[in-house]
Amino acid sequence: MMNGMVPSSWYLLLSALLFTMGVVGFLIKRSLITVFMSIELMLNAVNLTFVTFAHEWHAVKGQIFVFFVMMVAAAEAAVGLAILIAIFRARGTLNVDQIDRMKL
Amino acid sequence: MTPDVLRILPEVVLTVTGVLVMLADASMARAASRRSLGWLAALGVVGALCASVWQLALPAGTAFYNTVQTDAFSVFFHVVVCGIVLAAVLLSIDTLPADQHHLGEYFALMVFGAVGMCLLSSAVELLVVFIALEISSISTYVLAGYRKQTAKGPEAAIKYFLLGSFATGFLLYGIAMIFGATGTTQITEIASLIPAARSHSLVLLSFALLMVGVLFKVSAAPFHVWTPDVYEGAPSPVVALMSTAPKAGAFAVLIRLLYGAYPTLHTIWLPLLWMVAVLSMTVGNLAALRQTNVKRMLAYSSIAHAGYLLAAFAGVGLQGIAAASFYVAAYAAMNVGIFALITVAGGYEEKRALIGDFRGLVYRSPLVGGLMLFFLISLVGIPFTGGFFAKFYSFSTAMQGGAGWLVLIGLVNSGVAAAYYLRFALSVARPAASGTHAGETPRLGLAVSLAVGLAAIATLALGILPGHVLDAAHAAAQSFAAISGF
Repeated sequence: MMNGMVPSSWYLLLSALLFTMGVVGFLIKRSLITVFMSIELMLNAVNLTFVTFAHEWHAVKGQIFVFFVMMVAAAEAAVGLAILIAIFRARGTLNVDQIDRMKL
Repeated sequence: MTPDVLRILPEVVLTVTGVLVMLADASMARAASRRSLGWLAALGVVGALCASVWQLALPAGTAFYNTVQTDAFSVFFHVVVCGIVLAAVLLSIDTLPADQHHLGEYFALMVFGAVGMCLLSSAVELLVVFIALEISSISTYVLAGYRKQTAKGPEAAIKYFLLGSFATGFLLYGIAMIFGATGTTQITEIASLIPAARSHSLVLLSFALLMVGVLFKVSAAPFHVWTPDVYEGAPSPVVALMSTAPKAGAFAVLIRLLYGAYPTLHTIWLPLLWMVAVLSMTVGNLAALRQTNVKRMLAYSSIAHAGYLLAAFAGVGLQGIAAASFYVAAYAAMNVGIFALITVAGGYEEKRALIGDFRGLVYRSPLVGGLMLFFLISLVGIPFTGGFFAKFYSFSTAMQGGAGWLVLIGLVNSGVAAAYYLRFALSVARPAASGTHAGETPRLGLAVSLAVGLAAIATLALGILPGHVLDAAHAAAQSFAAISGF
């Protein structure tokens, strides 16, 4: 590793932190949009991990993986936002606590 | 040398069919009936089924730079998935309102979803596993919310979508970890590189995260909470599909991961899976006991069935793979059958959704009622049905694996399960109370008859002549062993 470069463990720590933030956001946020954004944050944390490991292993495979993750995340966003619109039309709310027509 | 494209021939056939369905859909008048598109989709699925069986003639091997593998194992699961999708498409042709202009997209999504579910069983590279999982999931997210005007439809879709994506996040992080530990994401290479991994804790972490992702997809406890809500809100033909086909694919991935990528960790994953099996059976059956909605009851029962299936993993090695594969086939046959009949008897709008609403079904339509009883008997696990032999092989495999207590818990659970299945069966068989509206007589159209007939014949055949399928399951396990060197 060259002098002055940020060691890769820092990137891994950062991505672990981002992933945890995503998980926590998913669990505690009440707005469906924010919950959805938390998932995107988790996926981007994974992307950072992949790039870091690809750099460590000098393997391009990890970077290719990132492209596929981004592509799938885009597809998921299209479907997810469409479902959000459908639910807003049907219920008039995006609050998690009010989407409770079905319960245990 | 086999051309690469032949190794994904069923997927190619399905993709082309889906595109054709969408093109034909676009060229039709808005008000035109779209039933013919359903038949086109069904034809394509039959084509994919034939292509999968034809793949048996190919020598087992990989294609596309070791990312896709065809062997008896992948063919077994391809046939199961194609059979399920065929039944679900046929079921939808007759039971969905034909005047909806979304119907073409519905059939296309089913076929596109099938591409992912099929690909799951032949993927040996985690990148392909991930993409296949997403193809199958994204299609089913949309299908789950197909009745978007209802209050429950979009709710089911959003719950499935959010929790599914959440689980995918864990799966991906697990893939990233194993890539960090070994520098590869190819399943066979992972197995050989794990002993030389740079960090054993990274391997363990990757395994745990991958399990979260996969166990969510098979709706095993404690990752099952989405199941009842999604099954209740989604249209019944879609539930017939998504309670079986994506699970079949996910179980194939689970087997490939456990026996292909992590065989060296089996001292860790065996007790883990036993715990998940016991938890799934118990939670599923106890919760099913107190349900009044039929689809919710069957959702919890499907969680319990995931538990019985996981018990087969106690018999480590080829026996376990064979028993689990057999269980997937039997579970698929009887679950598709019962959901098909619930669609027929309950109607698309699901005005009859509670257990009591099915009262007197045998008298209104002896055929529908009788078949319903037959599938319930199979779900209970009474001899001469697929359900019995599946449970029998699963439990006897667990017994040979030295997990007697697991079998004991499984048998107690089967007794509990019999209580709620029989409660429903009694409701179906009892004459309707006098003075109440008897309800209309359910009608079986040609396509529905074909779907139900397919499921009934499969369930019966698995119960009376399980030999052929069991041989196929053993061949599947065998071919698997030859390549991954278990």
